[in-house]
Amino acid sequence: MTLRLPRIGTSQIIALAAILAINWTVSPQFFDIRFQDGRLFGSLIDVLNRGAPVAILSLGMVLVIAMRGIDLSVGAVMAIAGAIAASLADSHPLPVVLAAALGAGLACGLWNGFLVAVLGIQPIVATLILMVAGRGIAQLITEGRIVTFTAPGLSWFGGGSVLGLPAPVAIALAMLALTLLVVRGTALGLMIEATGGNARASALAGVGTRAITLAVYAWSGLCAALAGIVAAADILGADANNAGLWLELDAILAVVIGGTSLFGGRFSVVLAVVGALIIQAMNTGILLSGFPPEMNLVVKAVVVLAVLLAQSPRLAGLGLLLRRKRP
Amino acid sequence: MTSLNRLMPVAATTAVFLLGFLICALVFPNFASLRVVMNLLTDNAFLGIVAVGMTFVIISGGIDLSVGSVIGFTTVFLALAIERWGIPPLAAFAIILLVAAAFGAAMGAIIQYVDLPPFIVTLAGMFLARGASFLLSTESLPINADLYAHLSDLAFRLPGGARLTVPAMIMLAVVLAGMVLLHLTRFGANVYALGGSRVSTALMGVNVPRTTVLIYTLSAVLAGLSGIVFSLYTSSGYSLSAVGVELDAIAAVVIGGTLLSGGYGFIFGTFVGVLIQGLIQTYISFDGSLSSWWAKIATGLLLFAFIAFQQITLRMARRPRARAMGVVQP
Repeated sequence: MTLRLPRIGTSQIIALAAILAINWTVSPQFFDIRFQDGRLFGSLIDVLNRGAPVAILSLGMVLVIAMRGIDLSVGAVMAIAGAIAASLADSHPLPVVLAAALGAGLACGLWNGFLVAVLGIQPIVATLILMVAGRGIAQLITEGRIVTFTAPGLSWFGGGSVLGLPAPVAIALAMLALTLLVVRGTALGLMIEATGGNARASALAGVGTRAITLAVYAWSGLCAALAGIVAAADILGADANNAGLWLELDAILAVVIGGTSLFGGRFSVVLAVVGALIIQAMNTGILLSGFPPEMNLVVKAVVVLAVLLAQSPRLAGLGLLLRRKRP
Repeated sequence: MTSLNRLMPVAATTAVFLLGFLICALVFPNFASLRVVMNLLTDNAFLGIVAVGMTFVIISGGIDLSVGSVIGFTTVFLALAIERWGIPPLAAFAIILLVAAAFGAAMGAIIQYVDLPPFIVTLAGMFLARGASFLLSTESLPINADLYAHLSDLAFRLPGGARLTVPAMIMLAVVLAGMVLLHLTRFGANVYALGGSRVSTALMGVNVPRTTVLIYTLSAVLAGLSGIVFSLYTSSGYSLSAVGVELDAIAAVVIGGTLLSGGYGFIFGTFVGVLIQGLIQTYISFDGSLSSWWAKIATGLLLFAFIAFQQITLRMARRPRARAMGVVQP
């Protein structure tokens, strides 16, 4: 009897397990988890906690990429949302702060969606506009300073805990559940895949491609705003220059590692989150092993290339040929 | 399209630049001088050089996100090679240009033969080059070679205290050479053809793999040259230098009227696009009270205006090409 693994996602889960195992050999106390002050602590929890912002971003990015789009502006939207949340936190009640920050993210997402769905601009260009201008807008909000706050309500999003889990992890899990419910619980996921596979054919078949495109970019903006709130709460302040810097690339990487095709039409929300965890586990591993953190980028580049080569349709054809030759 | 229509976007860009310059000259009495214009060229020389390479890539229907990192790597490599390893500056220049060429050729080969989107391949290249420069050194290293001091003194003196510096001269030479290469050679014609349709280009008998590899090699070599100019300009090497320059270069190309879907564009437009970005920076530094982040917002607004303009002209020309495509189609 052979052990049968689920076909989809095996390689990602094996990769995550392998990286965690390497981390464990480098640092034997990697899997030690302590319970202290009503919250779990340990390297593994740290991986989850630090990976949460990218995981939340990847929840929006995976749907955008599934539609053959790309959202380069998520890092800048994080900076905008963080700046709004931090500047309002000490003077306004929490619901107002959250509504303002999330509303800004939603507006940014709708703007991207408008450019792509209504004006018909290529996604990479449409979102480039906000990527360039967004950080400037964030600077405008913070007036070029690093805005700090002390409000306990907002800081819970970074340092609080739910049933022992750090708040960012709990938020990421809740968002994952919500995304899965909406996308896989309804026909929306199917329509997104159809639009990504062939937008014209889907539109002719009666799928509201324009509305779906708009909604998906809006969702990506909302996820980015939430990630921005978590990141701002983590450092109890908003730094418009550095908040979310390069995270759009990490989010795209997480989605690609998760096996979602850049050519649209096929996606996995859960595996995108696994991809985010793989990236964070690598980062933590490099730190724990005592290698200079500068290694991070080189390792990431090698991983992107390896994953892409594995995904490439041309190499896949080559693999099939080789397999066929064998008896 | 008639030839007049074909030149419309470049004419619009040039008009925006002239209008902008006029506004600046009216607001600041000292603005309209040869000195300001020459400083505009010197301060944006590295961006202009790299934007010429980006124009080739974008006209061919691709994108190159690695150029900023290549500039950063070049400055660190030069600083170490000249100051620590004792390599003569000119030899170091030759070595880094060869390294950049190999790097670009490798990316082009992966894009061509593995059939991956340029966006993601050059993204990996961006990580790799930036990571490599971090590994070389994370400090800011001064370069004290005689050649550097000599080159920064060397300049054509023009009336009114203006100086046409070496970086500005290199940029102007690259822009001219780029124009010749793109508009007057067979290679240039192939680049346009690739941006129109890869399949038809291959069917016409153009060597598509060779052209693709050459385009990315050219972009990387110009990024290396830009890195040399950047190190001349700052007399130092730093692994975090030129972060985000790829975005400025793409913005300059788009503002210059080149279509991001490929097949259409001019080097001259890119040159004016670079000058417009420089003009915004100069306005902000003349004003003194505005913060530098206004430059980002202004660039974003200009980008939007030009892209919207492109969409309208495209629709009028009835070429429904720029559909919702996330990645540039191979």
